[in-house]
Amino acid sequence: MAQFASLTLQQTDAARPIIEAIIADNPGVRVLNMPGAVKLDCDGKLTVNRASVEQRIGRTWDPQEIHLVLISMAGNLDEDDDHFTIAWRH
Amino acid sequence: MSARKLGLKQRYALMTRGLDWETTYQPMEEVYPYDRFEGIKIRDWSEWEDPFRLTMDSYWKFQAEKERKLYAVLDSFAQSNGQTGISDPRYINAIKLFITGVSPLEYQAHRGFAFTGRHLRGVGPRVAAQMQSLDELRHAQTQIHTISHYNKFFNGMAEWPHMHDRVWYLSVPKSFFDDARTAGPFEFMIAIGFAFEYVLTNLLFVPFMSGAAYNGDLATVTFGFSAQSDESRHMTLGIEVIKFLLEQHPDNLPIVQKWVDKWFWRGHRVLGLVAMMMDYMLPKKVMSWKEAWEIYFTEAGGALFQDLARYGLRPPKYADVATAEAEHISHQNWCTFYQYTHAAAFHTWLPTAQEMDWLSEKYPNTFDKYYRPRYEMWAQMEKDGHRFYNMALPQLCTTCQIPMVYTEPGDPTTIAFRQSMYKNERYHFCSDGCKDIFDAEPEKFAQSWLPVHQIFQGNCGGATVPDVLDWYKLKVGEDNLDFGQSPDRKTWDEWQASKSRLAG
Repeated sequence: MAQFASLTLQQTDAARPIIEAIIADNPGVRVLNMPGAVKLDCDGKLTVNRASVEQRIGRTWDPQEIHLVLISMAGNLDEDDDHFTIAWRH
Repeated sequence: MSARKLGLKQRYALMTRGLDWETTYQPMEEVYPYDRFEGIKIRDWSEWEDPFRLTMDSYWKFQAEKERKLYAVLDSFAQSNGQTGISDPRYINAIKLFITGVSPLEYQAHRGFAFTGRHLRGVGPRVAAQMQSLDELRHAQTQIHTISHYNKFFNGMAEWPHMHDRVWYLSVPKSFFDDARTAGPFEFMIAIGFAFEYVLTNLLFVPFMSGAAYNGDLATVTFGFSAQSDESRHMTLGIEVIKFLLEQHPDNLPIVQKWVDKWFWRGHRVLGLVAMMMDYMLPKKVMSWKEAWEIYFTEAGGALFQDLARYGLRPPKYADVATAEAEHISHQNWCTFYQYTHAAAFHTWLPTAQEMDWLSEKYPNTFDKYYRPRYEMWAQMEKDGHRFYNMALPQLCTTCQIPMVYTEPGDPTTIAFRQSMYKNERYHFCSDGCKDIFDAEPEKFAQSWLPVHQIFQGNCGGATVPDVLDWYKLKVGEDNLDFGQSPDRKTWDEWQASKSRLAG
């Protein structure tokens, strides 16, 4: 069975550039729109890149700011200064 | 050149490690008296890895920001009379069930994680449990604040803490947490941290809160998603706990497996209330309970247990039974509340023709065959002036405390009954899952406070239904019975009439 790494974010102005960055940086990502929330699924691994978000919002962005808009996730987390990654593979 | 800022991983290590010490005035065994009796073996607490590298200073910063956002929304909602803009007043009944059944669990989780943080001797889990304990208190408080606004206009919410401790169906969620909090600290971490937070909580907070958004409840969706942003951290704690225990010692596997089996089934039973909220109590629907189960248990849980298979852990026992029950559980629960509407602190109703068509579409294997005819019969009885009330007190399952209304796996027209003997007393169960849990710890579950038994023993205000409702502080004719004749309905109709007058 496929193992989807998944992030669910709020449908808000603060989350929109993060959602765009995820869609741009993770080929094959599947988007499920729900009222108020967006679920993003990707086979095996899903990454949010700091640089990619910063490019969209025009200011510095700390990947931990994702806490403000994160609803749910599935996968093992690896968090660092430049990225926020969840993955099932090791 | 200035010194480079420390990286996140280094910063985290410096801020969370080396904060503890070996006690000298008292032996460590006496300072931490509860972390051995469950049989879990820990070789090295320092092998604990924190997936979220959140330090206490960042934690306060982010939580403060979340609170500012949340309270700005709540204030605006109250200021602009947001309660008049919801999709349909029946929706409020889901919020009544939330404040009486779910919010008190947040407080229980707060206390449980405070206890667990105190009693696990590793510094990593102590920090994580401390943060989660604070989160859970925040969730209880924000939910009470949010729902207090609805309480000004609608019935059934005013006595929520009193009701949580007494009302028959609220003993289902209450006893779930009582069971977890009276277990040892490791079982609590698997019960709440892993089984509830990781495997099951998405089913409550994601599709249901999305439903709140869809039904115009700006206040609830905001507290819901604000809470859920903490939940992601709790989920990673849950998955870390299980990996840590399984990596520490091979003897931990059978103990952890037993807890995973137990708490999956306990959680599945409690979430039957949410199934009913989603399929029947959200007037505008996001997805069915069955669809939510497929996404959040079959798919997400499947990926998780595939990952944990490398430790020898298998998916929870009876996961297949639970998945088959997703076709039935919301219908069987709503039918029960319809029959016992006189004893519930929220309103019930029969689904409309349109709603029944939606249910047929979402449950093509079961709805038209087993449940539509029942609703059509009850609708006819209402029309004939004989609305059906079930006046018998039901037999309860000793483990989950739900009335024995569920059916045999594979046979939806036969009620499932299981039983066990313990010290010459017979105990009854709704399922093999609940019977197994009792049989593994009969000395614990034989002490269950079962609402129906307590009524018959004379401990609930008296021998008649009105006596018991009075003891619940449930106001007859205001809090209970069908929505159609309720004061809530009257309030709503007046708001609508005044809108029409303004529109000319």
